[in-house]
Amino acid sequence: MPMSQTPALEIRDLRKVYAGGVEALKGVSLDVHPGDFFALLGPNGAGKSTLIGIVSSLVNASSGSVKVFGVDIEQDREAAMRLLGLVPQEVNFNFFEKPFEILCNYAGFYGIPRAEAKLRAEQELRRAQLWDKAQTTARTLSGGMKRRLMIARAMMTRPRLLILDEPTAGVDIEIRRGMWRTLKEVNAAGTTVILTTHYLEEAESLCRNLAIIDGGHIIENGPMKTLLAKLDVEGFLLDIDGDLPTELPHIEGVIIHAEDSHTLDLEMPRAMVLNSVFASLDGAGIRVRSMRTKTNRLEELFVRLTGAKEVAA
Amino acid sequence: MSTTSSHPNLVALLTIARREVMRILRIWAQTLVPPAITMTLYFLIFGSLIGSRIGDMGGYNYMDFIVPGLVMMSIIQNSYGNISSSFFGAKFGRHIEEMLVSPMPNWVILGGYVAGAVLRGVLVGVIVLGIAMLFTHVRIPHPVVTITTVLLGATIFSLAGFVNAVYAKKFDDVAIVPTFILTPLTYLGGVFYSVKMLPDWAQTMTHANPVFYMVNAFRYGLLGSSDIPVGIAYALMIGFVIVLGALSLWLLKRGIGLRS
Repeated sequence: MPMSQTPALEIRDLRKVYAGGVEALKGVSLDVHPGDFFALLGPNGAGKSTLIGIVSSLVNASSGSVKVFGVDIEQDREAAMRLLGLVPQEVNFNFFEKPFEILCNYAGFYGIPRAEAKLRAEQELRRAQLWDKAQTTARTLSGGMKRRLMIARAMMTRPRLLILDEPTAGVDIEIRRGMWRTLKEVNAAGTTVILTTHYLEEAESLCRNLAIIDGGHIIENGPMKTLLAKLDVEGFLLDIDGDLPTELPHIEGVIIHAEDSHTLDLEMPRAMVLNSVFASLDGAGIRVRSMRTKTNRLEELFVRLTGAKEVAA
Repeated sequence: MSTTSSHPNLVALLTIARREVMRILRIWAQTLVPPAITMTLYFLIFGSLIGSRIGDMGGYNYMDFIVPGLVMMSIIQNSYGNISSSFFGAKFGRHIEEMLVSPMPNWVILGGYVAGAVLRGVLVGVIVLGIAMLFTHVRIPHPVVTITTVLLGATIFSLAGFVNAVYAKKFDDVAIVPTFILTPLTYLGGVFYSVKMLPDWAQTMTHANPVFYMVNAFRYGLLGSSDIPVGIAYALMIGFVIVLGALSLWLLKRGIGLRS
């Protein structure tokens, strides 16, 4: 296989059974291509963190293989880990150290000389807008600052594959958007990024490909556009000019009900032309002042896929 | 890609050791001052006040006799305490993960922590010995034996502290071993008396205590006399280092207490 075709992450038939018998992963196979911005989604307890834990060598796999840019993490853990950067879900730096020290020490663990580490620490702290906090004890940082510090720490080693486990959890929207910009820059510079998140609009706006994991299985995997195209219905909220009539019109193939006296909730097939819906509404004396997409499309897909499976189980 | 040193493992080992030293200095009031105060009190009470009534022991006045044991006791307790609290603290605070996800081999992680703990042991040993030299006539006739015994003793108990920290699940677990095992071993290891004063059965039991060999080798280094041949003490201390080092590396390789 040519070097350019070697996946950034190649997982084959990965299984994990914890002591006590809980089977967290039931044969996961997955490829993430170099340069990709990849979303790994799944409900709580689906196996996302176990999967990331195995890739980053914090969790021992029961069986299966993981390769980072073709390097098997079992056969050559040191080389594989040198290619990888991890931003974990939980804050895991020493609260009693200062951000500058945290970053320099982290680089030292990867064999980066102190002088080089200091230069990089300044670069990364400035990029994370934390340079003014460089010599502050880390425990005094706000939640958003701590999360930015963990991204800065992961970038100290210039990883080729960056894995972020819910990096924006509990972060306000302004800081979250700043983090998105940073991650887009990192990805544009050539780093492959894998992101898990519960903010599905985040995944939809950042990622090109995704996998959905549930119950230890990958239940969907592919390009974001292809998967979103699988959604056969769309939902809208229509703001109505004046009051709604007591009897709502029947439109073939459309589920329609009143959210309140001025708002209609409408679910229709994606193939259906909106003009025909508006014509029917107009015929019933309902004038639409504005409309909004009811739900995030990826969220809809996610709920359908994971929800359907729960019902089936 | 990282711009790594041509000796990445050495850089990593020095990083951990440096971090440990910074920690020791950051909390100096907890790490360096208490042993100095405790030992000064020991010398004043056991050495000067009570010791003057005891007379000679092993051919030396009592205050001189207890110096090697007290210094070695400080070294052992501080090496053990440093690594057990620091490594368990890293587990508890989850910053151990910074190291576990890095390319560092296990021996570098172990070596870095042991180096930090040995350095604290040596630092405390120097402070306590300095205080002892103010009160006594101890003048280190065998410096090589003194230094190597300090390094071996500190290494043994650093490794033992590491094993303790790996298995510990709560802070109580790192406090129990020093209280119920380390302190009795130290007090019964010939710190305050010559083993020749004991009945035969007690002498035999004392020979199973690793602290006994360290104290006696160190006593030879500081005073020039020992209850046992120094060669045997060295052989046993090196044996303990090998066994505990192998156990520590095995625990790291298996990820016991560290990786799920």
